[in-house]
Amino acid sequence: MKRLLLSGNTAVSYAVKQLDVDVVSAYPITPQTTMVEKISEYVANGELNAEFVPVESEHSALTVALTASASGARVFTSTSSQGLLLMHEIMFITSTLRLPVVMGIADRAVSAPINIWNDHSDIMAQRDTGWISIFAESAQESYDRTIQAYRIAEDDRVHLPVNLNFDGFILTHTYEPVVTVDDEDVSKYAPRKTRSLLLDPRTPLTMGGLGSPEYYFEAKYQSIKALEESFPTIVDADREFERISGRKYGIFNSYMTEGADTILLSMGSIGGSIREIARRMRGEGSKVGSLSLKLFRPFPARQVADLLSQAESVVVLDKATSPGAIGGPLFLEIQSCLKSFDVQVPAMNIVAGLGGRDIGPDDIRSMFERGLKIAHTKRVDKIQDYVGVCQ
Amino acid sequence: MPKKVSEIDEGFVMKAPKSSMATKTGTWRAFKAVIDYNKCISCGICWGYCPEPAIYVKDNKYIVDYDYCKGCGLCAQECPVKAITMARESD
Repeated sequence: MKRLLLSGNTAVSYAVKQLDVDVVSAYPITPQTTMVEKISEYVANGELNAEFVPVESEHSALTVALTASASGARVFTSTSSQGLLLMHEIMFITSTLRLPVVMGIADRAVSAPINIWNDHSDIMAQRDTGWISIFAESAQESYDRTIQAYRIAEDDRVHLPVNLNFDGFILTHTYEPVVTVDDEDVSKYAPRKTRSLLLDPRTPLTMGGLGSPEYYFEAKYQSIKALEESFPTIVDADREFERISGRKYGIFNSYMTEGADTILLSMGSIGGSIREIARRMRGEGSKVGSLSLKLFRPFPARQVADLLSQAESVVVLDKATSPGAIGGPLFLEIQSCLKSFDVQVPAMNIVAGLGGRDIGPDDIRSMFERGLKIAHTKRVDKIQDYVGVCQ
Repeated sequence: MPKKVSEIDEGFVMKAPKSSMATKTGTWRAFKAVIDYNKCISCGICWGYCPEPAIYVKDNKYIVDYDYCKGCGLCAQECPVKAITMARESD
């Protein structure tokens, strides 16, 4: 166990080194660059015995990772924003081929206008690609979740790709003390696992072949089922991680939700700020709570619905939009989950922080106040609103 | 017949990949070419046009191989004596 000063990006690089990854393929894009830059240093100076493939695009980055994984290698790739959009079609292929690729995403806004700052537009556009999707809140969690991701992805019951989301700059470039796990503990916790169906010239087989209407549905259904059934493995990986590190994150972080009139639900780094404002407002007598969701896919609908059922109202903070829809992607998820489990709690959607627009204490306070108003009036005047945009 | 989900190898890996010669492709069609031998003059134009090729010759007789005929209808279109009709597969 060491205590190191690391940014989110270099914390992930450090974990990748400890996980003894075989192939790393990536194309640099801000704010992901330093993540793979550091890994390339590890490879160049011999600290990590891996093949580093500097590809010509993100489409190729994921394709190289996918094919290397198909041959049994432990792989890592990472990207952001436009690069993630370019990976889109390969993401579907990775999950249906059931390949345990792990990808770090430095979440960033999507053009136009060109913007390198944080929001969740890039990952939300990948929602239906069949990957396990986890959001971190700190550099420490970025490091920890990277180690967990390999154990989850390579588990015999799962065999699915995992994407890990780190808010661009806010997490990727902010340095904080990170407590590491010893190399031996990492390899015991996430041991290299061999799969039976691998690309090998001695035993030829076909991957990614044609699935005509007689076969496609079943092949697709198989990967959908695998994602749905991965939930206990994800929970188990978190619990087992606590044994080697003393740290555990859960599928969400709930703070002061008991007896809360309103709960503000968010994903990613903003969770910490929301908890701080919740703490202050509780001190002032307002019954507010925070729910920071960590696991976006598979979506823990039952658990989220149960937790939200205690409140009088819910405000869902989206750092992305679904233009033309009644709310942002996270809001749509929460609304359908409340409705499906017959939880009669009114909910509204706040879109904030697009393109790196700062979400300050007063903004968060105003979101809580909107929620309190709904809790007291039992009425949602506006289903979706925007905080921080100059209208 | 579709295979069950449990019968498909993980990730739709094909452990014994085969060419279309072995796997047959006739199930794709909605219509099949039917030759009326009372009209057929054995000119061989259908044989020449069939893109599959799913028409073969035996004893100067042109025969549709339904394991591979995908029902495109080119032969029926090109037959100079209108000896080929496209019949709906389920009929």
